[in-house]
Amino acid sequence: MHSSVGQWIIYLLPPLVVAGFALLAILERRRLGPAAPAGFVDRNGWPVALFLIVAVGLWTVFMIVMPLMAMVDLSFRPKLAPPQWGGPKDFYTLENYRYFLFGSTTSTDAWNVTHLKAFGLTIWVSILITILDFAICYPIAFYMARVAGPARLRLMMLLLIAPYWVNEILRAFAFRILFTQQGVINKALLAMGAIDQPVDFIAADVALYSGLAYAYLLMMMFALYNAIETLDKNLIEAARDLGAPWWHIHTFIVIPHAKPGIGSGATLVFMLTAGSIAAPLILGGPKTLWFTPIVYDRFYQAFNWQQGAAYALILLAACVVFVLGVLKLFRLGLGEIAR
Amino acid sequence: MSTRAIHRALMGVYIVIFFAYLFGPLLIMGVTAFNKSAYPQIMPFEGFTLDWFSVLAADKDMIYGLQKSLWIGFLVVLVSVPIGLAGALVMTQVYARARSFYYLIVVSPVLTPGVIIGISTVVFWRQATQMTGLKFIYDGTVLTVLAQSSFISAYTMLIFLARLARFDRTLEEAALDLGASRAQVFRHVLLPFMLPAIGSAAVIAFLSSFENYNTTTFAILADKTLTTVLAGRMRQGTTPALSALAVAVVAVTVVGAILFEIVKRREEARAKARAATAEKAFNAELTADAAGATAA
Repeated sequence: MHSSVGQWIIYLLPPLVVAGFALLAILERRRLGPAAPAGFVDRNGWPVALFLIVAVGLWTVFMIVMPLMAMVDLSFRPKLAPPQWGGPKDFYTLENYRYFLFGSTTSTDAWNVTHLKAFGLTIWVSILITILDFAICYPIAFYMARVAGPARLRLMMLLLIAPYWVNEILRAFAFRILFTQQGVINKALLAMGAIDQPVDFIAADVALYSGLAYAYLLMMMFALYNAIETLDKNLIEAARDLGAPWWHIHTFIVIPHAKPGIGSGATLVFMLTAGSIAAPLILGGPKTLWFTPIVYDRFYQAFNWQQGAAYALILLAACVVFVLGVLKLFRLGLGEIAR
Repeated sequence: MSTRAIHRALMGVYIVIFFAYLFGPLLIMGVTAFNKSAYPQIMPFEGFTLDWFSVLAADKDMIYGLQKSLWIGFLVVLVSVPIGLAGALVMTQVYARARSFYYLIVVSPVLTPGVIIGISTVVFWRQATQMTGLKFIYDGTVLTVLAQSSFISAYTMLIFLARLARFDRTLEEAALDLGASRAQVFRHVLLPFMLPAIGSAAVIAFLSSFENYNTTTFAILADKTLTTVLAGRMRQGTTPALSALAVAVVAVTVVGAILFEIVKRREEARAKARAATAEKAFNAELTADAAGATAA
């Protein structure tokens, strides 16, 4: 299939979808007749209505939907010199995806071990970090939502937010200072006599993992806090009066109630970790390959944008699968997660 | 000791450890900014110095990046606050059958990794500008503003939606009944109500833009912002000048946070005072009424 088809889809599909919904709405108004509620322009007045339509139109169509469609389109195109774009050789192909799997655009003999391994590691570590962040945050979130008084709550909120005003890159740098061979932790361990040679924490990925777990803690914390905060205090009191041990209260009352918060926190932390690029660049060991730097190199080192688009789409697909998985696991709707 | 007391003690220990984890790395980085040693370290402390701050101030790339970041942040506020407001208003009145579809689209940037937003923006505008000849759009600053705004607008929209949920529609109707035009209602009823949300949305938008790296690193093309300069420096090696930058950022932050807190407290005190006066007046009226009733 020739690539010009993609252009038609990108530029025609959004207006068609909008027109489709507008048509449905108009038909429904016709059917309802005079019983229909006031129309969009009547309700807002035309200056405001115009502002709403232009702003939302620009945002959804030109900033969200069309860029994504263009990326999908590009990922299926062969690598050609710019003058040949749209030319007779520009047919859709799977070669960029084939390269991800086999390390070659034509042969399927050997697996592309480096890239597949990096992808697998990224997804696996992101899942572990998500679980770890939940475990770290849960006691604090519960304490803030259920135990702390208003003054202490405000102080803790302030203390929680403060580190996140420091740039993500500088936060990663702080971990680098801690974990290098001449770093603070090695010095301290040597002084205590616990080790007699500096440990290479960076090569062992200790630095990377603790930096990543640190980086997006706040997302999990506030998602959990908001969810636990809405829990009726009487439920806990009642359970306690009926003699439930503390871990029963958490597993059967608090956690089920906090499910939407856990879901949204997990989604955000996973997405941010899997998509993070600063921490892996600064804290990653020489042998650790995270997936996002590979994607970056496709674009600005290999200058193979088609392949880069395919790699980005693979990462996006992994995130979508994770979101759907969380929704399914917790039996939630999208509306409950993105709040 | 009862189990609850043990729990409480354990919780206290945990909270201390947690905040040590949160602040420890930053504090250590802060100390390295003042150590004479050319390698960022705290032990041995070779002497107090402020030299790293002057190194920082003399770094032309860093200053250029800072200016660019401030400018982009300003533009992102200008773009994403109106869009977020429009997005939230449309959400409350969009055609019912399209609502979940609309919601999916406008919330999707929040759930998309930043690198992908940067990539897709660059890919799309490269193609679109080649087709139409609108070359000025294919520029690092413009693309970064577009890419960042696509997800920052979603943040601001969520802030506005939360505020709108508490909006009393009858106010609008009252204004209309009193003869206000639609535009006047928007200007004099809705906007003042949304004002606090507009303020916090602008702050959030600016901060998210200023500290963004993932999206920016793709969308900025050959240009540079503070975050991309920083990342480049860190790949070259570690120097206490970077710690000095962090200290500067934190100092500005702490001042900002304290100011914000003071303003908030004062506002709350004022609101409380107002509520107290209102209650007093109301009680006085009640007593007067009661007195009137007994007199009658």
